[in-house]
Amino acid sequence: MTELWERTAADLASLVASKQVSAAEVAESCIARTNEVEGDVLSYLTLTPEAARAKAAGVDAAVAAGEPLGPLAGVPMALKDIICTEGIRSTAASKILDTYIPPYSATVAQRLYDAGGVLLGKTNLDEFAMGSSTENSAYQVTRNPWDLSKVPGGSSGGSAAAVAAGQAPFSIGTDTGGSIRQPAALCGVVGLKPTYGLVPRYGLIAFASSLDQAGPITRDVRDAALVLGAIAGLDPKDSTSLPGPVPDYMGALDKGVEGLKIGVVKEISGEGVNPAVQTRFREAVQILEKLGAQVGEVSLPTFGYGIDIYYLIAPAEASSNLARFDGVRYGLRIDGADVENMNRNSRAAGFGPEVKRRIMLGTYSLSSGYYDAYYLKAQKARTLIARDFARAYEQFDLLVSPSAPTTAFGIGEITDPLTMYLSDICTVPSSLAGAAAISVPAGLSADDGLPVGIQFMAKPLDETTMLSAAYAFEQELGLLPKPPLWSPS
Amino acid sequence: MNPTEAPDLVTTIGLEVHVELKTNTKMFCGCPVGFGGEPNSRVCPVCLGHPGTLPTMNEKAVEYTTKIAMALGCDIAPRSVFHRKNYFYPDMPKNYQISQYDLPVGERGSLEVEVDGEFYTVGITRAHLEEDTGKSLHIGGGGRIHDADYSLEDFNRAGTPLVEIVSEPDITSPAVARAYATELRSILEYLGVSDVRMEEGSMRVDANISVAPPGERGKKVEVKNMNSLRSVFRALEYEEKRQREVLRSGGSVTQSTRHWDEKAGRTQELRTKEEAFDYRYFPEPDLVPLEPAVEWLRQLREEQPELPIERAKRYQRDLGLSSYDAGVLRSTKALGDLFEQALAAAKKADAKQVSNWVTNDLMSLLAAVPEGTKNPPLTGSNLAELVDMVAGGDLSKSQAQQVLQKTLETGRRPREIADESGIKQVSDEGALEAAIDAVLAANPDVAERLRSGDNKPFGFLMGEVMKATKGQGNPKVVSGLIRKKIS
Repeated sequence: MTELWERTAADLASLVASKQVSAAEVAESCIARTNEVEGDVLSYLTLTPEAARAKAAGVDAAVAAGEPLGPLAGVPMALKDIICTEGIRSTAASKILDTYIPPYSATVAQRLYDAGGVLLGKTNLDEFAMGSSTENSAYQVTRNPWDLSKVPGGSSGGSAAAVAAGQAPFSIGTDTGGSIRQPAALCGVVGLKPTYGLVPRYGLIAFASSLDQAGPITRDVRDAALVLGAIAGLDPKDSTSLPGPVPDYMGALDKGVEGLKIGVVKEISGEGVNPAVQTRFREAVQILEKLGAQVGEVSLPTFGYGIDIYYLIAPAEASSNLARFDGVRYGLRIDGADVENMNRNSRAAGFGPEVKRRIMLGTYSLSSGYYDAYYLKAQKARTLIARDFARAYEQFDLLVSPSAPTTAFGIGEITDPLTMYLSDICTVPSSLAGAAAISVPAGLSADDGLPVGIQFMAKPLDETTMLSAAYAFEQELGLLPKPPLWSPS
Repeated sequence: MNPTEAPDLVTTIGLEVHVELKTNTKMFCGCPVGFGGEPNSRVCPVCLGHPGTLPTMNEKAVEYTTKIAMALGCDIAPRSVFHRKNYFYPDMPKNYQISQYDLPVGERGSLEVEVDGEFYTVGITRAHLEEDTGKSLHIGGGGRIHDADYSLEDFNRAGTPLVEIVSEPDITSPAVARAYATELRSILEYLGVSDVRMEEGSMRVDANISVAPPGERGKKVEVKNMNSLRSVFRALEYEEKRQREVLRSGGSVTQSTRHWDEKAGRTQELRTKEEAFDYRYFPEPDLVPLEPAVEWLRQLREEQPELPIERAKRYQRDLGLSSYDAGVLRSTKALGDLFEQALAAAKKADAKQVSNWVTNDLMSLLAAVPEGTKNPPLTGSNLAELVDMVAGGDLSKSQAQQVLQKTLETGRRPREIADESGIKQVSDEGALEAAIDAVLAANPDVAERLRSGDNKPFGFLMGEVMKATKGQGNPKVVSGLIRKKIS
């Protein structure tokens, strides 16, 4: 028999709304499942079972009273711990926010609460979302449910692992250069990075403001559409959030890929990508052709500069965004002889090495005398990438590439930061272009049996086309087998 | 070098003025803007710089800044951008200030000022919008951040919209500097965009001053902590003199920042080298550029009030008022408005008469009213009524002064006050004649002295008649009648 925790968000919402199960039963199932595997996976930094039970009871009361229900009423969820939740500790996996309890909720969190979502807890990440393996968390290394010796990817590794391990039907991650898509690919789940500005950033602890986007991590494409519909749309609290009506993402799923022009990005489909990943990716492209898509190769000459550009822009913004963590108003304070030394001591003790590295990098690229050569040049190059994408979209409706160059790697295996940065080689360019992208499971690697993802990239605000192609692909390929952890032996 | 052989020295001054805008809410959040109050009572997650919060633009602040830039004749940027100015200071919640850098709201304007009848034009480099910081209170030690035992932070002010107005180094004397600051304050008051209270810090003036032989560049000295227009003048006068003496005695001025000590009446060196601040400016990614619509700008231009200096010129040109009177009338928008409303409503009095009542009697009465000239408790029609009553002979000047005082206190109409208290001027000869006859009869010797050509007791007789008429006799009529009777 299928347990409730195995169900998708869409199924659970309809089961609750049709009174076949109670939200309380759903919550208890997920809480039990979370407790069962949490010791192995370490997805969560904070668990909120009591709040979940209270919320589920509220949903059940609304169901009983016949009140109108939100689209996610009674559906348990996990939020990346970089998303502020009022009254619930939000650490960004940093010691500097170890005791930080936000006085407000992020718009994304609030919209999910309003939609009836039941918060199970806050998931692990690389400190301030800086990393690709979750090993940069100041608290714990989350493990990949497919192989506990491997990383789940990052930075939204806890969110991806929680969904892959059956702890939550869906979670929210944030993606700055691939932090939703890469861990989704490595954990065999779906991860969607919306167009920049589609999902409000208010309440996401900022890493790189011009790139950060929150998005769903789910077990199938339909859930991604469902959750995206609940969190997208203009927010007056975020000046960069985009106006306009939110499309019916669920309604667009069945449009298929027939006749769609799909471009295979030449620069990221060969060299630099693991051969076993390439194999699955090529098969995935064949599936799209079989479904009636017109597939061609497309060259984005600047694609290969993505990582270089990204590591000038993102750390620059981060160096400024993280300046507020100074021990004055909240968070960790380590006293010093004067204010300056207190700032220094607090930051020295509160930030981990990767965060410090990026603050240094960003401070340098913004410094007078270097600004023009680094930050400004990177911004100009960024517009070239966006132009390359725009040109490609003149010919193609969607672009595809592998979601990550490798499958999940071993915990502790990559120690060189530059090698780690290359994990995002497939995902960074579309982030710089502000475009939407989704990673969908494309099978298991023949080498190690670990999941491989295919990335669909859409033009800005064309999530509907992207979702319909991803959905058609998923339907054709079928869902992945469940990870070994799913049914404990 | 012998001081007398020194070449002429030229003074060069540029002013940097910060103005807090009088918006209802802060620049980037919904907290109210205000002065003082319980520390940290006007704060929220946004203006405290909590993680994850984002700024949202106060449209009124943009409007006010644009109005200021327009009034200063600036080019309004079709696209203006906010930057982050990065530096650590405990009263700055985000450790960066959202400000403007290379694309401010307005650039390339000018301001005309008058000193002793001479007009000077001072260039305006730029007017830009930024957010104010909180306030630090350093406890213990020397009261400065580095040796304090601890510091207290009040973030009530943090995020208040602040406009920075930078002048070109076109100012040639402390008097012109004071006139510039005065004129700027007046313009801001006319626009209704700021309280412009220097003592509360809603207008803050910093100066750069250098002295050098003509054609040469002097060492720039920045002067801070001038908390009134008077101290702007005094501080710059002191600093000009100090630098001249240094140069004349063969020394050289050190580039530095100096603190004006109001009590001691002198500037003191704060720091010599410009600290090598690198603010790492970069465009604020949390805000979108301002791109004002042409139609909106046109509307703002239409709403622009007449500027004070234009108003003064008009009063002299069209109404024949003196430069002094015009200067008093334009000193606040409210005063000039009151004058114009009264003039429009007056049926008998002319511009000169209305002006005299404002610049003399009203001004001295308003001196006792807080913010009196900014917000005079008097309507134009009441002032017109009063001035008309004087012009029509219904009230003497001193009676009118009494009535004006009561009108200010109660807000009631002058005619009502006069009628109720029986204050009126009697000009009717028949009514006055009896009183004069009685006074003359009671003082036959005095009448005799007058008849014999001794004019001295005339005042005494006038006084007696006024006493007899309870002060209501029209002095002109009374004196005419007395002369007629004794001739």
